[in-house]
Amino acid sequence: MIFLELLLGFLKIGCFSFGGGYGAVPLIREVVLSYGWLDEEKLSYMIAVSESSPGPIMVNMATYIGASQAGIPGALLATAAVVLPAFLIVIILTTVLKKLLKNETAQTVLSGLKSCVAGIILATGVYIILTNCFGRIGGFSVDAKAIILTAVLAAVYFGAGKIVKKGVSPVLLICLAGIAGVLIYGWN
Amino acid sequence: MLFHLFSTFFIIGLFTFGGGHAMLPLIENACVKKKKWITPDEMTQITVIAESTPGPVAINCATYVGMKKKGLAGAVTATLGVILPSFVILLLISFFFDRFLEIKWVASAFKGIKIAVGILIIDAAVKLLKKTEKQPLQIILFVSAFVSVMLINVFALHLSTVVLMLAAAVLSFAYYLIKRQKTGEAKNDLP
Repeated sequence: MIFLELLLGFLKIGCFSFGGGYGAVPLIREVVLSYGWLDEEKLSYMIAVSESSPGPIMVNMATYIGASQAGIPGALLATAAVVLPAFLIVIILTTVLKKLLKNETAQTVLSGLKSCVAGIILATGVYIILTNCFGRIGGFSVDAKAIILTAVLAAVYFGAGKIVKKGVSPVLLICLAGIAGVLIYGWN
Repeated sequence: MLFHLFSTFFIIGLFTFGGGHAMLPLIENACVKKKKWITPDEMTQITVIAESTPGPVAINCATYVGMKKKGLAGAVTATLGVILPSFVILLLISFFFDRFLEIKWVASAFKGIKIAVGILIIDAAVKLLKKTEKQPLQIILFVSAFVSVMLINVFALHLSTVVLMLAAAVLSFAYYLIKRQKTGEAKNDLP
């Protein structure tokens, strides 16, 4: 039942995604791949589209995946499911549990949770880059174009901030990567 | 008032690229400086709440401001306002995206873009890491989470990252209790 899967999958994402949009990527990846909604390739494309479209990345991904699986009702359901936990938690924090976040116990737990989430996001990023460059486990292959492009883009993204004050924004990086892609992989 | 909440957050939702964190300065500009709906202190509190609770940062902010101004109706209105642009735009994209990818140069562009996504995810992790404390507990949790997720991916293990997060929360809680017992503090601040 696709509607139940969308509801449960995106409630899970909404409940456990700390650290903003990219913080949700590991969990979205896990849910989307386990239900087989998108393959890894398409998922990467959708992350880029979500980043380059206005609005919260998580909402964008939920709308797209919901729509691609079950049309407009699917999009409504997935978006509502990903938003609902955040909505309810803020309502509770502003009404019933006003002091919870200042509590020392809550602070320690959140601090540990943040470190764990940072590790999860970093591992996901490293794994995605490794599979871009060397293929999946079992199908090892060296993709020289991808390795060079990764090195160049990383140098531009992390190096630009040291030269130009504002640096390169994520959307600009995506545009540059798109142009590089057309040049490297051909246009017709 | 409800209409103002809706239109303000609709515009914020329409003009922020790069997700919720990019939205915070816009929200501050609109809700603190221009409309004076909330105080600078409340804005700081919103940032703390957004960063310590799950879900999209933009939703946390919109819900909070809406709640402050007009209670539950305000919270619903502001949240709907901030979501609506995203929802409509992505719905339109979903209708033609597959056909769009069949065009050769678009497919090539996305092969390049895929590589940028990996870099952006690493960047997000580094930014979050900078904000975390560097005590032994936090370092151990960070390293164990990193190693676990690498192993899960490489060996295609069926272990959810949710389990890792719950384990981290339980361990941090236990650590806090032990630390408190050692220092012999008689504070009674358990929730």
